[in-house]
Amino acid sequence: MSKKTQENTSGLSRRSFIKGAGTLAAASMFGGVAPYVMSNEKKVLRYLGTAVNQDQAIAAKAKEDLGITIEYIPVTTDEVTKRILTQPNSFDLVDTEYFSLKKLVPSGNLIGMNANKIKEFDNIVTAFTKGEVAGKKIGDQGTAPKKVFYKDGETSKNFSSTPTEWVTLIPTVYNADTLGIRPDLIGRPINSWAELLNPEFKGKASILNIPSIGIMDAAMVVEAMGEYKYPDKGNMTKQEIDLTMKVLTEAKKQGQFRAFWSDFNESVNLMASGEVVIQSMWSPAITAVRTKGIPCVYQPLKEGYRAWAAGFGLPTTIKGYQADLAYEFINWFLSGWAGAYLNRQGYYSAVLPTAKANMEAYEWDYWMLGKPAAKDIMSPSGQKLASAGEVRDGGSYETRMGGVACWNAVMDENRYMVRKWNEFVAS
Amino acid sequence: MARPNSSSVLALPFALVLASFFILPLILVVVVSFWDYTEYSLIPDFILMNYEELFYGCFDWGDGLCTTFATYLSTFKYVLLTWFFTLVIGFGVALYLVFCVRSLKMQIVLFLICTIPFWTSNVIRMISWIPLLGRNGIVNTSLISMGIIDQPIEWLLYSGFSVTLGFVHLYTLFMVVPIFNSMAKIDKSLIEAAKDSGASAWQIITNIIIPLSRSGIMIGSIFVITIVVGDFITIGVLGGQQIASVGKIIYVEMSYLQFPAAAANAVVLVTITLLMVAAMMRIVNVRKEL
Repeated sequence: MSKKTQENTSGLSRRSFIKGAGTLAAASMFGGVAPYVMSNEKKVLRYLGTAVNQDQAIAAKAKEDLGITIEYIPVTTDEVTKRILTQPNSFDLVDTEYFSLKKLVPSGNLIGMNANKIKEFDNIVTAFTKGEVAGKKIGDQGTAPKKVFYKDGETSKNFSSTPTEWVTLIPTVYNADTLGIRPDLIGRPINSWAELLNPEFKGKASILNIPSIGIMDAAMVVEAMGEYKYPDKGNMTKQEIDLTMKVLTEAKKQGQFRAFWSDFNESVNLMASGEVVIQSMWSPAITAVRTKGIPCVYQPLKEGYRAWAAGFGLPTTIKGYQADLAYEFINWFLSGWAGAYLNRQGYYSAVLPTAKANMEAYEWDYWMLGKPAAKDIMSPSGQKLASAGEVRDGGSYETRMGGVACWNAVMDENRYMVRKWNEFVAS
Repeated sequence: MARPNSSSVLALPFALVLASFFILPLILVVVVSFWDYTEYSLIPDFILMNYEELFYGCFDWGDGLCTTFATYLSTFKYVLLTWFFTLVIGFGVALYLVFCVRSLKMQIVLFLICTIPFWTSNVIRMISWIPLLGRNGIVNTSLISMGIIDQPIEWLLYSGFSVTLGFVHLYTLFMVVPIFNSMAKIDKSLIEAAKDSGASAWQIITNIIIPLSRSGIMIGSIFVITIVVGDFITIGVLGGQQIASVGKIIYVEMSYLQFPAAAANAVVLVTITLLMVAAMMRIVNVRKEL
């Protein structure tokens, strides 16, 4: 571990070194060679994000349509944040979640995104901009995107509560998360978050090993059990953290959890192998279990969903040409093909009309309107996900996103929470 | 030819490498452990808060063990278990290779066979236990189909058992190699003399082989103990992320950018490890016996 610390402290000095080197390079470019260099420059974008969002098919299509080579840098959710803060020169484009913005924006390492350069900006769903779905307010506990959507200047380190032309991230994808279950191994209806800690599933439950998300799932359970009603599950006080972790600790001591997962693939394996029958899960993981022919349901629960949202950001150090490429790619991303791809994975795309134009009517009806499938529903990679006549878990876009109770968050008491989480693991 | 200072000149390159890639970073870790931090920045400072938080509640004994002590206890449990099993198995394997295999060629072949698992990565060797030990894994399904058990055994995976098994599987070779090395140097005529004087096999092992291979035993032990004490991957993967280890705490703190807190933890861990190694060096003077 001392090796890791070393790597990261040296990262700080490397940053200033690269900054210096960048200035030198820029200075030499103004020496008259710039146009020549630029016209010959390869169109490459280093795309930092989590593996689950980095689909080879999307990179291949971008190459075909734009001639831009996407170089994926796949890391875990926490690692994305760490990279932005410690190595902001190691990528040209980052796909990160809104909840981490509370750390990222004050660091000044991400530049404000110019809304005027985004063609489809006015078509971005209101879940982001206003916190509304179909004109109705949705839950905004935690770091709801609308709270951290705008900045008060391109290089500002502050959020703006009123709309400006500078946006923190250009939204790409979001979803309403809930528990995944194995209906064949449970054999009865599940309709509440409280079931996660039901002793009936002793040794067969799992939660995420990402503390800030794991604790929110636990908070959903605590509320569902009627033990406590949080003013804001996404921003707990120390006492509330203590209470939540106590419930989790007791469950752990009773042997409720089989394992905690930290990686998308781990959650798929736990579910597919039957080690776990009920767990916190991500939508494409459900898809992955189902494509193995194993029944798995993304179970809607009466207390609502825990939502998350992600978007594209650019590092402050990005240079003109790379920035133009990045905007070109982002505009392409919102222009429909990628959106349709994401929708078919069970996610939602940030701009719906363009995605709709790229989907078959029966697909749109199944994924977005919650209607029974007119034909078999295929995954983007061509495997069968649902047979004709089946309905999507949780129903339509309006029901699912309308049922959001809270958003993934970074708490003010994050430091305390991490300590408590370590205590929980040691218990 | 030998100049008065030639040995220090020869040692210089390595000393420089050690100084810049080991000593310097270590000093940095110590320095950072006294810094302050926010969610997104490190603030140079001299505060004891990181250490205070680390030992929070550790000295009011009424309330059970504090996080840090409980974590160290759990870590040392696995250190001890792993050390014990790797030592017994490693010693046995080395003993067989050196004293029971007659031809040198065969010794080399068998020794190379021991290294075959190292052709794949650590993580893959860890993960391959999962389908074997899982609830519906190969072990459980075969035991059930043989009628030995009717319910799958739950403690095979994501338990102390699987973690220890993983460690022993991964690190036994670190024990075999140094013990093999020091055993190979034992003069065979000593063994024959002992046999001629009527010593039993057990007496030969305890009175001749163990004392003469103790430098190898010690080096192997240092390898195994220092690796296991800082581990977080094996404990994470095979313990289902539910078992505490110091390495894991440091990892969690790092992923939340709490570098100073992680550094403080690292300083404590390095100190404890150094103390352990120093104590072991006192028992056996490895330098003298090599």
